[in-house]
Amino acid sequence: MGSSLKMQVNESMLSFVRPDVGKLQIVLRGNWRTGEELPPVADVFRQIEQAPVTKNVAFECSGLVGWSSVLITFLINTIDYGQQRDVSVDRGGLPQGVQGLLNLAYAVPERAGARREKVRTSVLEQIGQEVYAFWQGTQEVFAFIGEATVAFGKLLRGQARFRRRDLFVAMQECGIQALPIVSLISLLVGLILAFVGAIQLSMFGAQIYIANLVGIGVFREMGAIMTGVIMAGRTGAAFAAQLGTMQTNEEIDALKTMGIPPMEFLVLPRMIALAVMMPLLCLYADFMGVLGGLIVGVTVLDLNFMAYYNQTTDAIRLNDMWVGLFMSGVFGILVAVTGCLRGLQCERSASAVGEATTSAVVTGIVSIVIATAIITVLCNVLGI
Amino acid sequence: MPTNGNKKPHIVVEDLTMAFGDFILQRDLNFTIYTGDVFIIMGGSGCGKTTLLKHLIGLNNPAKGAILFNDVDYWRAEQQQRDEITRGFGVLYQSGALWSSMTLAENIALPLEEYTDLSPQDIGEIASLKLALVGLKGFEDYYPAQISGGMMKRAGLARAMAMDPEILFFDEPSAGLDPISSRLLDDLILQLRDSLGTTIVVVTHELASIFTIGNNSVFLDATAKTMIASGDPKLLLKECTNPIVHSFLTRGGEFPEKNLTVDGC
Repeated sequence: MGSSLKMQVNESMLSFVRPDVGKLQIVLRGNWRTGEELPPVADVFRQIEQAPVTKNVAFECSGLVGWSSVLITFLINTIDYGQQRDVSVDRGGLPQGVQGLLNLAYAVPERAGARREKVRTSVLEQIGQEVYAFWQGTQEVFAFIGEATVAFGKLLRGQARFRRRDLFVAMQECGIQALPIVSLISLLVGLILAFVGAIQLSMFGAQIYIANLVGIGVFREMGAIMTGVIMAGRTGAAFAAQLGTMQTNEEIDALKTMGIPPMEFLVLPRMIALAVMMPLLCLYADFMGVLGGLIVGVTVLDLNFMAYYNQTTDAIRLNDMWVGLFMSGVFGILVAVTGCLRGLQCERSASAVGEATTSAVVTGIVSIVIATAIITVLCNVLGI
Repeated sequence: MPTNGNKKPHIVVEDLTMAFGDFILQRDLNFTIYTGDVFIIMGGSGCGKTTLLKHLIGLNNPAKGAILFNDVDYWRAEQQQRDEITRGFGVLYQSGALWSSMTLAENIALPLEEYTDLSPQDIGEIASLKLALVGLKGFEDYYPAQISGGMMKRAGLARAMAMDPEILFFDEPSAGLDPISSRLLDDLILQLRDSLGTTIVVVTHELASIFTIGNNSVFLDATAKTMIASGDPKLLLKECTNPIVHSFLTRGGEFPEKNLTVDGC
């Protein structure tokens, strides 16, 4: 039966000839490039299926003008389909370059076990994994705090290995360079507190007590909290990003192999810098906050400058200031710990650095709020 | 100049001067890369090889001179034309530069999703094909951090080939690879050139690679601040009288020439 059967598909880019029983010749014509309207490979499958027995598939490409990867994927689909059905596919009629690429594509067999099956996990399993991860994370936090404490002990004995210059650079970065933003925020917080209080207090004609409200509020809580939040966003994030990138670049491994513990060399100076600078920043923020209140009191509420000043100095006890400074010292350590911890836990990729930074800021702020709550309750109980 | 029969010039560099501010890195570079060439940019460390590559791929602006792709002056062309030229490039960066937040398949699919109207299934098939071409069949769903350095390099090549580029640029392809992987990569480069007719530009100082794959080259020198030789590296080894080039190509004279020139030169 030598009759040839021809079918035209899709502007004749793909047609089929049956030169003999069991043989199928696929005729490729035209421009097989990305961006062209290409015939679907299902046409070939149908052809292979259609005839009673297709044993041989060959190609005829004299009309092929151009080709790109889309032709190769088309051919690979055809060849794979043929192989599954014991149809031999003769690549001889294809252009030299196409044959070369096909050989290359089939040269390295798929590594056994490389392909990953999509695993569906049940809700219970997911919850379990989350809990497990949380437990592991908690353990890591405690291990980190323990290591940091040991490193601090070494520092007290004068054995910690870090460069004094790093400490001063860290102090400069998280101290002096933070002044502008701390000034702005705490001044505004003072203003806001005064405005909010002014509306309420003026109903009783007790505007002068704005000084008490702002003074105590800022010195005892707000100064410390606002500097803490600013530093978590500013310095905690910077620590996490810096240490995370160092982890990605294997710089931390380099330190370890030289026998320099990253805990002493990287974490300690940052922690000391923040723990020292935070109370100072906080004190500065306290005064800026009171200044903000004063501005509102004098300009909006028409209070006398000296009266406001005297009222403020009468209202604030030294203990209020100590509580604020103590809190900010705690916040400094918390921000440094979360920043450095997340940085050191970072995996080796750009997205991991991003996650570490986000996590450092979030953990930092959350821990600041929790610490504030605990300290406030304790002060209440102890009557400070 | 190299003899290239009647091949078509693909990239022409005219009087190129590369500088960072006032600091001139290289000046008066003139060379032609023909279609289907494997062109080697070589020279000692710090001579500006990678910077030259960055000029060729349009990342750095030349201080002086012109770079022509198929007779179009890249830096004097309209932005749209420039984009079109750049779309014909595939670049393999030194350490792969795979996007770490995407799987290998997604890395390859990104340019296809952006610039073609192929269906997601077709894109997936092309991504698998490109991975198969570099011997990474089945690694579609891996993240770059989960594979080895050599595999990252090959995956980077797969991504560079995603758009069937006319020109493939390689920055130190064999750096960090073992000799066999490096040899396989060389073979792959040649096979791609032969199958696709791609023009290939390679920055390298790996002598074995230079002689195996290169058929045209330029030699940059840090002290002269310009190119001091060009042409087929195998011919340069035999004929170049410049002591710097000679010492580079013979590894400081460690290997007598005759041992190296046996290989078909």
